[in-house]
Amino acid sequence: MPEAPAGRGARTLSSGAPFSQSDLGVAALTRSPADSKLLESRMPEERRYALQPFFGPGRADMTQYTPHARRLRMRVVETGPGMAVLTLPYHDELIGDPVRRVVFGGVITTLIDQASGLAVACAMEELAAVATIDLRVDYLRAAEPGCDLFARSECYKLTRNVAFVRATAWERSPDDPFAGCLGTFMVGANQGGAPFGRLIADEAAKS
Amino acid sequence: MSRLVDAIPYARLLGVEIEPGEEGFECLLRFRDDIVGNARLPAIHGGVLGAFLELTAILRLMDADGIQDVPKPINFSIDYLRSAGPRTTRARADIFKLGRRIAHVHVVAWQEQRDRPVAAGNGKFLLAGR
Repeated sequence: MPEAPAGRGARTLSSGAPFSQSDLGVAALTRSPADSKLLESRMPEERRYALQPFFGPGRADMTQYTPHARRLRMRVVETGPGMAVLTLPYHDELIGDPVRRVVFGGVITTLIDQASGLAVACAMEELAAVATIDLRVDYLRAAEPGCDLFARSECYKLTRNVAFVRATAWERSPDDPFAGCLGTFMVGANQGGAPFGRLIADEAAKS
Repeated sequence: MSRLVDAIPYARLLGVEIEPGEEGFECLLRFRDDIVGNARLPAIHGGVLGAFLELTAILRLMDADGIQDVPKPINFSIDYLRSAGPRTTRARADIFKLGRRIAHVHVVAWQEQRDRPVAAGNGKFLLAGR
């Protein structure tokens, strides 16, 4: 049988190694009580979010406190635990290449920055001010002229001081993005007040 | 150069201007209420600063010899160094390397003091038809 020597060879190799990864590696780490506690605290359903009452379809007033987002007519499509989807309606003012009528790259940066700041706010248990540390945008292809733009950002790690996000942007299908992005944000960055603190305050005043 | 800015609708929306600087030209972004990202500080929107840096990089490339078409950005990375307040922002770009197909450009933006930058950008651009 041709398979037998190969199988035996593989077993010899694994048992001949000084230690096996399953004995000393991952298993040993996850068995530590401190670590299992950490894993539990990461479970999304166990966490509480400051903006939880706002999760779901985006509301018209969610961009009203950011003048430039309002200027570009950006809207929130959806928010959830540590994530946000925003849209930017196509407009001639956004063009960067007048010949191809393609939206200026920096416009996509603005949409992604806005979506990412909101995603970080949506990951917080208590609201704090957020400031962008850095953003790196990959322009995978040109956005199709005439189409509304969408960006989805996910805060995949939130620490006491820093939030890490990844984002994509598309116009027709999220499966075919025209831009990708990685970014980091400072948490509790300045005295400028928490993002959406005013939204919550205004909401409280209404009821 | 100014005519180039006028031809780009988004550059007009931001109101970007060109000025001769100590070494080459500088781009200028005057403060306006509708470029604000954080209304309480107030501070210029991070996306606007990023777009301003990217525009400066593109204009710098188009000012270089032999580039006619608008360079296509491959990626652009921005470091936000200080909060950009309600003041005029200036930016200057340097071409690190001008290859046959790819150009590396570094951009710095500052407000009152050139040695206290508010943001720095690093972009790679695809050059067509060189």
